[in-house]
Amino acid sequence: MKFSENWLRRWTSPAIDSDALSHLLTMAGLEVEETEAAAPAFTGVVVAEVKEVVKHENADRLRVTKVDVGTGELVQIVCGAPNVAVGLKVPCALPGAVLPGDFKIKPTKMRGVESGGMLCSGKELGVPDEVDGLLVLPADAPVGVSIRDYLELDDTLFTLKITPNRADCLSIKGIAREVAALTGAPLAVEAIEPVAPSIDDTLPVKIDAPAACGRYLGRVIRGVNPAAPTPAWMRQRLERSGLRSISVLVDVTNYILLEQGQPMHAFDLAKIEGGIVVRMARDGETLVCLNEKEVTLAADTLVIADEGKALAIGGVMGGLESSVTDATVDIFLESAFFAPDAIAGRARALGFGSDSSFRFERGVDFDLARDAIERATRLIVDIAGGQAGPVTEALGQLPARNTVKVRTARVNKVLGLSLSGDEIAAIFARLGLTASANSEGFDVAAPSFRFDIEIEEDLIEEIARVFGYDAIPADAPRARLAMLPLPEHRLPREVVRRKLVARDFQEVVTYAFVEEKWEADFAGNANPVKLINPIASQMSVMRSSLVGGLVDVLSGNLARKQPRVRVFELARVFLKQEDGSVDQPERIAGLAWGPRQPEQWAAKAERVDFFDAKGDVEALLYPRVAEYARAEHPAFHPGRCASVALDGRVVGYVGELHPRWVQAYDLPSAPVLFELDLDVVLASEMIRAKPVSKFQAVRRDLALVVDEEVGVAAMQASFRRVAPAIVTDIALFDVYRGKGVPEGKKSLAFGVKLQDVAKTLTDEEIDAAIAALLAAVEADHGAALRL
Amino acid sequence: MNNVDAILEAGRAALAAAADLNELELVKARYLGKSGELTELLKQLGKLAPEERKAAGATINAAKQAFEADHNARRDALNAARLAEQLAAESLDVGLPGRGSLPGGLHPVTLTLERITELFRTLGFEVADGPEIETDFHNFQALNIPENHPARAMADTFYVEGGDVLRTHTSPIQVRHMLDNPPPIKIIAPGRVYRVDSDATHSPMFHQMEGLWVDEGVSFADLKATVTDFLRRFFERDDLQVRFRPSFFPFTEPSAEIDVLGERGWLEVGGCGMVHPNVLRNVGIDPEKYTGFAFGIGLDRFAMLRFGVNDLRLFFDNDLSFLKQFN
Repeated sequence: MKFSENWLRRWTSPAIDSDALSHLLTMAGLEVEETEAAAPAFTGVVVAEVKEVVKHENADRLRVTKVDVGTGELVQIVCGAPNVAVGLKVPCALPGAVLPGDFKIKPTKMRGVESGGMLCSGKELGVPDEVDGLLVLPADAPVGVSIRDYLELDDTLFTLKITPNRADCLSIKGIAREVAALTGAPLAVEAIEPVAPSIDDTLPVKIDAPAACGRYLGRVIRGVNPAAPTPAWMRQRLERSGLRSISVLVDVTNYILLEQGQPMHAFDLAKIEGGIVVRMARDGETLVCLNEKEVTLAADTLVIADEGKALAIGGVMGGLESSVTDATVDIFLESAFFAPDAIAGRARALGFGSDSSFRFERGVDFDLARDAIERATRLIVDIAGGQAGPVTEALGQLPARNTVKVRTARVNKVLGLSLSGDEIAAIFARLGLTASANSEGFDVAAPSFRFDIEIEEDLIEEIARVFGYDAIPADAPRARLAMLPLPEHRLPREVVRRKLVARDFQEVVTYAFVEEKWEADFAGNANPVKLINPIASQMSVMRSSLVGGLVDVLSGNLARKQPRVRVFELARVFLKQEDGSVDQPERIAGLAWGPRQPEQWAAKAERVDFFDAKGDVEALLYPRVAEYARAEHPAFHPGRCASVALDGRVVGYVGELHPRWVQAYDLPSAPVLFELDLDVVLASEMIRAKPVSKFQAVRRDLALVVDEEVGVAAMQASFRRVAPAIVTDIALFDVYRGKGVPEGKKSLAFGVKLQDVAKTLTDEEIDAAIAALLAAVEADHGAALRL
Repeated sequence: MNNVDAILEAGRAALAAAADLNELELVKARYLGKSGELTELLKQLGKLAPEERKAAGATINAAKQAFEADHNARRDALNAARLAEQLAAESLDVGLPGRGSLPGGLHPVTLTLERITELFRTLGFEVADGPEIETDFHNFQALNIPENHPARAMADTFYVEGGDVLRTHTSPIQVRHMLDNPPPIKIIAPGRVYRVDSDATHSPMFHQMEGLWVDEGVSFADLKATVTDFLRRFFERDDLQVRFRPSFFPFTEPSAEIDVLGERGWLEVGGCGMVHPNVLRNVGIDPEKYTGFAFGIGLDRFAMLRFGVNDLRLFFDNDLSFLKQFN
């Protein structure tokens, strides 16, 4: 809502300056988004009348004028404007004037001719004007008067951000009412006198949708002059409220909207067949609106129709066909109350709204329509002439205004104050709320212009607002104390994040909506959760894997010439279930690309590989040990991918990006990645200490030759199956191929740790244990001791 | 016995001249070995007259001790020299960089969230969490935003197939938490939220954090105090000016915008208010018995203010050069 301060001050003018007014409004909940001067600062410019114009002898494009500036003597001024003419009233900057841009006016000679000032264009004064040349003032402009006073340029334009509950402040009248309530300044309400009908013409009005239309006032006005110029004062107020002047009929309805807050509509009477019917649209009914868009109406949309067709969408927008034009002389003026519920959401559904729908869906004063139509009639008849008929009124259901109870004790409890009943009563009085005292507090009736006073809290808010949020104390709260739980079976996310940070990973945040292709490529998901209204096609589906985002981060950073990329993300993924519901677990995923360590003098540059990523997974899950099995995953190289399982359940994958995607996504080489269910990573077991053996541990190394195909995990499984309790650890410490090992085979070296808690182990026990281990892998995998 | 002094003198000179430990041991043998010069003198004591023997013995022993003392001193000196030489040879250019990698780092929004979480934990607030694809009920209706309410236009909503929405704020987390837990409730609820909006100051995905305190007797004064305290602790400025400006949210009443006074005037940093009685009723809490406040802030915005970042999009560009500044 944009308005002129000068206009507001015609209604109420508290003794505070513009800045204080701005602060007052903002702190009352009518946030001032912007204030701007109506015109830039300048001085010394008055209204002048051009008395004489002659050609300059030494310059084709210059004229020598004599102008009356109200001093009694004519002033000679040289002027270059094409539109200068005798009899015009124009702004004249006198010697000593300072124009915008610090342009100082002095007596001067122009091509040898004395010039005692400057005649000004609108542009030179910072006043918007479409004319090329001097700013032409109305013929009745008083000569000698400061142009700033004459054009009311000492004005501040306020732009308010009005919250949806305060539609009553979407007009000058409403803002004035609020300012008067907050400051106690008097409110000068201009009495609106009815315009006596001079003709009998009426149109019948019938309300078929009484819940949607509570009141409909209509009036015929015949013989208006559609080309009558809109008076300067009205144009100025419209312009300073951000509206362009269009034609007198449109301007008047817009003016009433701004001044009174009542949206109105003027129909071309000639286009209406029979009477007016206010009804719900017939399903599939179409209408071409004023904005030239053809819309198909739904049955929940209110229309203003005549006997045959819809003329307008009630409270939203008029139809093009029945709208007033340059040729319209007879009009039908509408001033109505449409219920918020009947208008809300309709503009959004249509894809366009209007100043009317904006107000009606928030709530327009339901007692305003008659004042508005009388005021509009007065203005139309005065400006554009015409004969007005009587006002026809049809009634539907008007909103109920129940009294709202407010308890003094509750007010103080919610706000943390100790207000007395008298203080609260005083606040209600200032707001114009009718409040009658009862034993606990008050019964309050909301006025017809307020749609946000229905429950006790609504009044508590009003009390807080007028009392002043600033004035409510902010002492430290007193509360019941209780310690927070600190579970040890679950790690905080911070700990997990920091594990990866310690391993040189950088956290990233990527979008949850991704390209559909990523889902297919990296998750094999042909049926991802789709957005109905994505912001862009590459953000159209919800991801079921974090891999795509990380690969994208890699691409972005490679484009920025990063030599080494190690990133991770912790976020939700979205998994569509059979029944259509969406599971939304959190995952943690990492990507590493480039050298294992930053380039340095003390280490050979080696690229990260599968086992680096696997090491990261092992560290994340430590001290739990997962099972890793060769796995197929759409994102990964089929020979370099493992599923990660805990307690027999797959909880994630680790692998090298599939060469197909390395090529398709234009990567110089493959990154390694992992992705795990966060829940599993966060799970932690409460520590139970075990006794530490006092007896010496023994280590035996086993170098075993097996076929290439035999996996270490399978060997370990065989060991575990037969290992007696004294075997406390079996760790692979070397893999060897080459001299001494036949082609197609490899040598795996395991260190076996043996220890008993109760005694020193004997050679026999050790030998028996080792023999059992050997026998198992020999039988299961054909392993032979390497000699 | 005059030659004792001469022998000692010569021996000492020989010790002093020994260039290394080997030579030193040879000198020692020459004087104190089985047939060393001083040993020989001792052997000859027997030939002396008994009355001379005692004095001569004492003289020779004194010489022997003096020689040994010199020997030890020289040995220590040679050892020290050898160690010094070794140390000199082994010394490094300690200016060379250390081996291995340095740690990575957390995203600035995470750092901000952790700081805020830490602050609220000191007041006993727990962290709550919830899904990002939400039902219309949790995201809107339970929060007193019915269908067609103008406030729905305040948050341009992403819809997913099937009619659910991407949550437009973290408030549905408070709904879920209140449905599952009786008062007293003291939670903060951070998370990713989504709105159909994208420019220099808006990202279609961003981060919010919601705070909620519901108990008997929680008042607007408590809200002001808690939020003011938080802002002053977060920005580490005891004199930070904070103001509460009347506003409108469907799920709180009275409602307020939270502004802080920055170098260029008041800056909006969040919204808050007393939980609307309809919201409490929707989750089965008696608004007559319990009152509560809620507030919401933009984590990205707090990170921008705290770290001096002026473009929101940097948080989602994931440019490592930008992110590594926060390590």
